[in-house]
Amino acid sequence: MSNKDMTIHLKVWRQKDRKDAGRFEDYTIPNVSKDMSFLEMLDVLNEKLVLDSKEPIAFDHDCREGICGSCSLMINGQAHGPEKATTSCQLHMRSFSDDDTIVVEPWRARAFPVLKDLMTDRSSFDKVIASGGFVSVNTGNAQDANTMTVSKENADLAMDAAACIGCGACVASCPNASAMLFASAKISQMALLPQGKVEAAQRASEMVKTMDEEGFGNCTNHAECEASCPKEINLSNIARMNREFFKSKIFSKKG
Amino acid sequence: MALNLDSKIPEGPIQDKWEKHKFNSKLVNPSNKRKFSVIVVGTGLAGGSAAASLAELGYNVKSFCISDSPRRAHSIAAQGGINGAKNYPNDGDSVWRLFYDTVKGGDYRSREANVYRLAQVANNIIDQCTAQGVPFARDYGGYLDNRSFGGAQVSRTFYAKGQTGQQLLLGAYQSMMRQVNKGKIKLYTRREILDIVVIDGKARGVITRDIITGDIERHVSDAVVLASGGYGNVYYLSTNAMASNVGAAWKAYKKGAGFANPCFTQIHPTCIPVSGDHQSKLTLMSESLRNDGRVWVPKEKDDKRHPNEISEDERDYYLERIYPSFGNLVPRDVASRNAKLQCDEGKGVGETGLAVYLDFRDAIKREGEDTIRARYGNLFEMYQRITDESPYKQPMKIYPAIHYTMGGLWVDYNLQSTIPGLHVLGEANFSDHGANRLGASALMQGLADGYFIIPYTLGNYFGTNELSKVDTTHPEFQKCEDKAKEQINKLLGINGTRTADDFHKKLGRLIWNDVGMSRNEAGLKKVISEVQKLKQEFWSDLKVTGTAVGVNAELEKAGRIADFIELGELMARDALARPESCGGHFREESQTEENEALRDDTNFAHSAVWEFKGASTEPERHKEELTFENVPLTQRSYK
Ligand SMILES: Cc1cc2nc3c(=O)[nH]c(=O)nc-3n(C[C@H](O)[C@H](O)[C@H](O)COP(=O)(O)OP(=O)(O)OC[C@H]3O[C@@H](n4cnc5c(N)ncnc54)[C@H](O)[C@@H]3O)c2cc1C
Ligand code: FES
Repeated sequence: MSNKDMTIHLKVWRQKDRKDAGRFEDYTIPNVSKDMSFLEMLDVLNEKLVLDSKEPIAFDHDCREGICGSCSLMINGQAHGPEKATTSCQLHMRSFSDDDTIVVEPWRARAFPVLKDLMTDRSSFDKVIASGGFVSVNTGNAQDANTMTVSKENADLAMDAAACIGCGACVASCPNASAMLFASAKISQMALLPQGKVEAAQRASEMVKTMDEEGFGNCTNHAECEASCPKEINLSNIARMNREFFKSKIFSKKG
Repeated sequence: MALNLDSKIPEGPIQDKWEKHKFNSKLVNPSNKRKFSVIVVGTGLAGGSAAASLAELGYNVKSFCISDSPRRAHSIAAQGGINGAKNYPNDGDSVWRLFYDTVKGGDYRSREANVYRLAQVANNIIDQCTAQGVPFARDYGGYLDNRSFGGAQVSRTFYAKGQTGQQLLLGAYQSMMRQVNKGKIKLYTRREILDIVVIDGKARGVITRDIITGDIERHVSDAVVLASGGYGNVYYLSTNAMASNVGAAWKAYKKGAGFANPCFTQIHPTCIPVSGDHQSKLTLMSESLRNDGRVWVPKEKDDKRHPNEISEDERDYYLERIYPSFGNLVPRDVASRNAKLQCDEGKGVGETGLAVYLDFRDAIKREGEDTIRARYGNLFEMYQRITDESPYKQPMKIYPAIHYTMGGLWVDYNLQSTIPGLHVLGEANFSDHGANRLGASALMQGLADGYFIIPYTLGNYFGTNELSKVDTTHPEFQKCEDKAKEQINKLLGINGTRTADDFHKKLGRLIWNDVGMSRNEAGLKKVISEVQKLKQEFWSDLKVTGTAVGVNAELEKAGRIADFIELGELMARDALARPESCGGHFREESQTEENEALRDDTNFAHSAVWEFKGASTEPERHKEELTFENVPLTQRSYK
């Protein structure tokens, strides 16, 4: 088969706004090239919808390089689709075959209400970070960067945790819609670095509290989050977070 | 009205200017700061760092961005690194050398005083980001690691794997969110600036559209800080994020802010080549790859063999051949232009013939696959995901793509535009990179502007200006809001036959062909009239579905393209009015015998600053003369 002639059938979730009940609609797209990204295929469909005076499908996207965390599609029931460690924008049509039917939905979680079609509101993630996902250092306070050493091992582990792009795939794929992997990645990154140690316990306690308030569920060890994470954030971060969280409880009992 | 182009460069030796300026600046008493409000447009490195730092000082900040979270700004995509002048590797770096390299790298079209200040605060940025928990790469002793980066002969680039922009941005974002939690920053995400409100000659607010509801809103403040990024998407295909746009800066231009050097755009040499018409953007492969990768093309024209079948003596490592002392590490403009020349000669590779090889075979042989994987693993994976080819097994194919825009709103030493109270930071301004930006210096500049410059210069603005009491009922707000709504209705009402993307692609092709890697008089004259024609077609044949209410991505795109079309024309005018070659601006009429860029310092050692004169009048070109007292004007040579 040449590169060009796949025909793809889509079942896409259409929802006018937050209040609309929503439904699936069917589309067929001819001449899909294997070199297209999944979002480029949606572009082609949207271009056609506009020319037919129909409303194009709304979806979040920006960098199209797998780094901004905007894109957020449930593809055949899998967050970001079938490929491991791949965001929706980096998924290419060569992962599919001619005449395939693909189901495309938004993230579904209580904390991520659908705004329109495939777009959701993920601002609760920002609130979790605002509650403690930082080092309290004002501009101008810093000492020379090399006065503080960090073992290469810890620096690398911190970097791995910090690679989270905040897309929400972990929440969308968790049966409990838990945000543990997301929060634990930030808590771990900071706990691994001397700069972040000072506030580690308090940070864990505040971020966990905010997660609960925002309507994210509990972690019951399904590990779906890790499997769906496009940046392969490790479950061991959750264990590290729990340690910090328990420290904070002991700490607060004392004080 | 003439533009006031007083650069306000402080007196005295270059080393002392910034210290003196800070000392002479008016301060706002700590308890008075909470009486001032600042609108910061953009949450990239520049806007994010500015919003956080201003809020820490006590100002009330309103922060705006297009994306659903500040963390998703385009800065997140920067891969390679950020420069500092720490001299940790003990290889002879210094503030002076960083300053010198940046002025020379910019091909002598930037302001010495600004660049010196940039080099001065560069080290503070590294310290600040480290303190925030940015996980910079470290060596086995636990100290920070450095690498050398496109065009530098010292190792001064700090990096966090291939995700430096992400980590720096998250540092700024987290500092911002801390202030959101404290109530010092109010966040307005998914908002697009549709106009800048100028009252009594001063910037006092913005008009925005809520991307979810479609509501048009008014926001008032005592000053506006614009950090809305660059305009590379004028070319349609670029390495910029899809929503990157010139809208906010363009509205400021039309309100009286001078636009400087719009033709100074940077073409990055190492991007993944175009694969077909469906292509929506281009992906950068960090130029750190040029530290270990060797660039080559087959010696024979139209050699269609698999690269692994082409033997050593049939390969032309042209950068190493032409530039023996810099080799594969020549600056971006030189590397890009040479790739184009090879392809023009018919030596390009791949299906389209618009690509050259970047080969890691020798590096893998020398250092082992594991070492190369540790250095570039994520970039190699990204490449493979897109192209389905493994750089461990065969050379990468790369081609230049538009990547960064050095031009932007003109600002003085205080980062203030020609509209008082409107300060412009990061890629949106024109300031520090001249005609060509060196690798790892945009992150540095964005953060310098936001963390270490605007906190001082904005205080000085408040300390030296009387601001009248204004609220959103002021008639000027009404006027701007009406104008914004009128434009939306106009776009929705055309009801033509072509989509916004269709126009954008057409515009991109025009600008890429004639205001791209090389430019000439005939082409520039031609493209000006072609873009004017495109503008007419746009306003008579555009098709936007939906309404002004609710999410409408087509409407958003149409608004942005309307601005890009006008900007495209200005870029061509600017390129036409600068018959010399410098940095990224290569005029075919002005080259050395060896086809290198030939500057004309006698007539063009200035920044060109354009003044908007109304929709039906040609814009006026002004000059800010540049003087070079510390870095002698010499023709760049990388041989
Ligand atoms: C792929 C890539 C890799 C790069 N790698 C490097 C590197 O290794 N080193 C380096 O130094 N530089 C690098 N650069 C350049 C550098 O990343 C950018 O120049 C820099 O990040 C720009 O930052 P900024 O804050 O000025 O703008 P941006 O990050 O572009 O932010 C702009 C902000 O403004 C907002 N905005 C824009 N318009 C509006 C509007 N109308 N209304 C409301 N909000 C608006 C956006 O939402 C966004 O928040 C790279 C660039 C690219 C494209
Ligand atoms: S669009 Fe940025 S991660 Fe997919």
